[in-house]
Amino acid sequence: MSRYIPNTQEDMEQMLSEIGLSSVDQLFTDIPEGMKLSRALDLPGSLSEMELSGLMRGLAKKNAHCGEYACFLGAGAYDHFVPAMVKQVLSKPEFYTSYTPYQPEISQGMLQAIFEYQTMICQLTGMDVSNASMYDGATAVTEAALIAVRSTGKSRLLVSQGLHPEYREVLKTYGKYNDLVIEEIPLRDGITAVSELDVMSGVKGSDGANAANTTLGDENAGKATTGKSDIAAVIVQSPNFLGAVEDLKWFGEFAASKGALSIACVDPISIALLEPPGACGIDIAAGEGQGLGNALNYGGPYLGFLAAKKAFVRKMPGRIVGQTTDNEDKRGFVLTLQAREQHIRREKAVSNICSNQALNALAAAVYMSVMGKEGIKEAANLCLQKAHYAAEKLFATGKFAKLSEAAFIKEFAVRALHEPIQAINERLLRHGIIGGLDLEKYYPKMKDCWLLAVTEKRTKQEIDDMVRIAAGGES
Amino acid sequence: MADKINERQVNSIDNGRAELEDRRQIEQNNREQAMLIFEMSRDGRRAYSLPACDVPVKEGLIPDAFARRRDADLPQVSEVDVARHYTRLAGRNHGVDSSFYPLGSCTMKYNPKINEEIASLDGFTGVHPYQNEESAQGSLQVLYEMDRMLSEITGMKRVTLQPAAGAHGELTGLMIIGAYHRSRGDAARTKIVVPDSAHGTNPASAAFAGFEVVEVKSNPSGGVDIEDLKLAVGQDTAGLMLTNPNTLGLFDENIEEIARIVHDAGGLLYYDGANANAIMGICRPGDMGFDVVHLNLHKTFSTPHGGGGPGSGPVGVKEELVPFLPVPVVECENDRYWLDYDRPQTIGRVRSFYGNFGVVLKAYAYIRTMGPDGLKNVSELAVLNANYMMKRLEDSFDIPYKRICMHEFILSNKKQEHNGVRTLDIAKRLLDFGYHPPTVYFPLIVHEAMMIEPTETESKETLDSFVDALISIAREAENEPDRVRKAPYTTVVSRLDEVKAARNPVLKWGD
Repeated sequence: MSRYIPNTQEDMEQMLSEIGLSSVDQLFTDIPEGMKLSRALDLPGSLSEMELSGLMRGLAKKNAHCGEYACFLGAGAYDHFVPAMVKQVLSKPEFYTSYTPYQPEISQGMLQAIFEYQTMICQLTGMDVSNASMYDGATAVTEAALIAVRSTGKSRLLVSQGLHPEYREVLKTYGKYNDLVIEEIPLRDGITAVSELDVMSGVKGSDGANAANTTLGDENAGKATTGKSDIAAVIVQSPNFLGAVEDLKWFGEFAASKGALSIACVDPISIALLEPPGACGIDIAAGEGQGLGNALNYGGPYLGFLAAKKAFVRKMPGRIVGQTTDNEDKRGFVLTLQAREQHIRREKAVSNICSNQALNALAAAVYMSVMGKEGIKEAANLCLQKAHYAAEKLFATGKFAKLSEAAFIKEFAVRALHEPIQAINERLLRHGIIGGLDLEKYYPKMKDCWLLAVTEKRTKQEIDDMVRIAAGGES
Repeated sequence: MADKINERQVNSIDNGRAELEDRRQIEQNNREQAMLIFEMSRDGRRAYSLPACDVPVKEGLIPDAFARRRDADLPQVSEVDVARHYTRLAGRNHGVDSSFYPLGSCTMKYNPKINEEIASLDGFTGVHPYQNEESAQGSLQVLYEMDRMLSEITGMKRVTLQPAAGAHGELTGLMIIGAYHRSRGDAARTKIVVPDSAHGTNPASAAFAGFEVVEVKSNPSGGVDIEDLKLAVGQDTAGLMLTNPNTLGLFDENIEEIARIVHDAGGLLYYDGANANAIMGICRPGDMGFDVVHLNLHKTFSTPHGGGGPGSGPVGVKEELVPFLPVPVVECENDRYWLDYDRPQTIGRVRSFYGNFGVVLKAYAYIRTMGPDGLKNVSELAVLNANYMMKRLEDSFDIPYKRICMHEFILSNKKQEHNGVRTLDIAKRLLDFGYHPPTVYFPLIVHEAMMIEPTETESKETLDSFVDALISIAREAENEPDRVRKAPYTTVVSRLDEVKAARNPVLKWGD
């Protein structure tokens, strides 16, 4: 028997005899015979721990990874430094082998950690309330949009094309099933073309300005007038997908003037230096929390963070931890405001989310505890300095052109004048460097455009090498 | 000069005393309640170290209008503070490694350590999702083979690994069902049928996917009421969501008829894989007539629950639904793995990137460890353990559905109720015995339910000890009911005021 199954043949016999059966097969008589699998599953045979370890190490070796390669890829997943403490804390079995904290008396550790996480997310974003995490940045932004739809009773969303392309895809998928009308605001010179917004915020369907009108369902939404409109929310990302800082304050005021909510998708490291959504009049802040102490992991598990003004708390999806007291008036923590959730409200719940990304939220909390008020600023500033150094060096080669004059923090886009991006990236990879994102895949008009992220982990030497090889020099 | 030194020394002694007092107070508090990390914060303390900037530092890179004016007030603590803080918190938490965790419907089986080690290999953790396919062949191979293995286990054609959790898988599966009907011009199929015994996520996911929910009753033996189902289905039926074994831990013997009724009405069958731990290698949802299935890798396939996630909720579909799977789908040709985005009928994306890869990886390692015979043993032992416990408890507790169960079973407090002892009280009293209680008050169709799922990773001795604890609580409920009603006594906090938490929400430090 497997080492994960402790009962022996003798145990099994004793247990069967207690039940009054003579064989294990008799336990499965409720299953119609014709429905039973009459053969063994066609799967590879079982492996010992040593064999498994060898197999998996072999698979891991087929990947290039950031431990050996200098990574300049970002686009929503970043190679930030993860302090040793994070892994140590996440390895504690009391945390990682526990379930959702339904029994608060023996789950105070996780509940308090999540309460602290919620506090830190609020500190970082400047918002009033945070939930305990969502699946990822894409679903966090999508659920933020659904909060807006529920709160305003409207179904039209104006979404900047600077929002991560995959987040927009997820929003559209969910939108198809919730009768949302999603219209995209184009980019101009690397930032959201705010001048288009006045046109778009007029009568729905004024699609002259809409780069990608994905009107789906609902043809009877109201008409726009000054002050009021049929818009549920305006969604913008800052820094946007191309790395450029957007004017959140402007979006906050614009949305408010139209009776819509403003939703900002923000980067948790960059906002250590940028005026946070809460200080810009934004209603809901969402984003990808991976950069807070979570490894790249080929795209997951990550965590979405979702924080809002107090007024929206009862419309927020997902777990929320609250403080309370016990019989003896001692401080304690519980899952709260559960009347929003699926296990209580079933089809009337605000979302179907059940499991979130608790352990990733714990990683984020440990990361923020370690970095603290000063460390997160220092890390963000290292990104800022190195990204600007890299950009200048690239322009200095004469092989790359600027795409935008907008301010940026850790990521920026350039146009290659000498070669296709794919060729540059392939050459870099041969030299132990993971190059930036070929933007044409996501923005068909952005041919030869390259999105580079420079985190605090990149050294001057790595940047210099990347620039030289990207410009055509071999080594 | 000398005076000043003395003064400083005196001050320092005083400060030392004051600090000692503080420290005593802090330790006192810690026994009472764990401090919040913010309460330990002191200006100037730090737990981080970063290298000096090795490129020329420039000022003014961020325009004033955008620059942050007030710092995020994150805690300032030392590294040892952080280490002790989280060690203290871990001590106030209970996991599968702490002791038996028979939480019904959650499959709290042991989480193998080698899988944790594998998932922390640099060659997996350090891979960026947008690296080119050539440089991520190892990860893509894991995803592709996982699709193949889970397809075999469930009897499906293909499996997407993009959904991040079970509920996310449900949503994805229902979107696929919707897209399928629409592609056939059958847009009037707007209703999803859900039994009254279903998990809360089922109706919530159906509503979230834009469907109307129709509830069907359970029959006296806990299965779907066939007559009620016949009335519920029709030309507007998009599908039926079913857990089999159901949430009572019973296999629905009428599954063939149920499938026929739904299919004849033009609907599809959705399998909620929450209870798949009972059937591996024994029967397959695909062979039962299901068209769509989701699995919970964090239940059946041993990946840790992480205090509420990350999970992973892969969705498998029959051949005719493959075109609707979310993009991208991992494909393989001549031993080369690649991501296929060119799928015109796809429902789109449900998550960024490719899902919770790190979780999929652990489940992959688990399946490779167990092999086909091992997985079948898992289900056999999960079912044997549950039946053994149920048998041993039958004299002390009411068992609403007394027949052979699958991997879990239901008790109620009917024998304890006359003493004013509720299921919640029994659950709380179990805490004093060092156990995590069963799932309580679910399923909703059983009054004061207690749902026990032992899993296969527990020994007979563990099951016996837990049963003994429950029997002694039953005795206590008879002789000393107040003792049960006021439990727990040994936990770091006693029963918490949940009403207060909801009425006057304190959702962050400083609220």
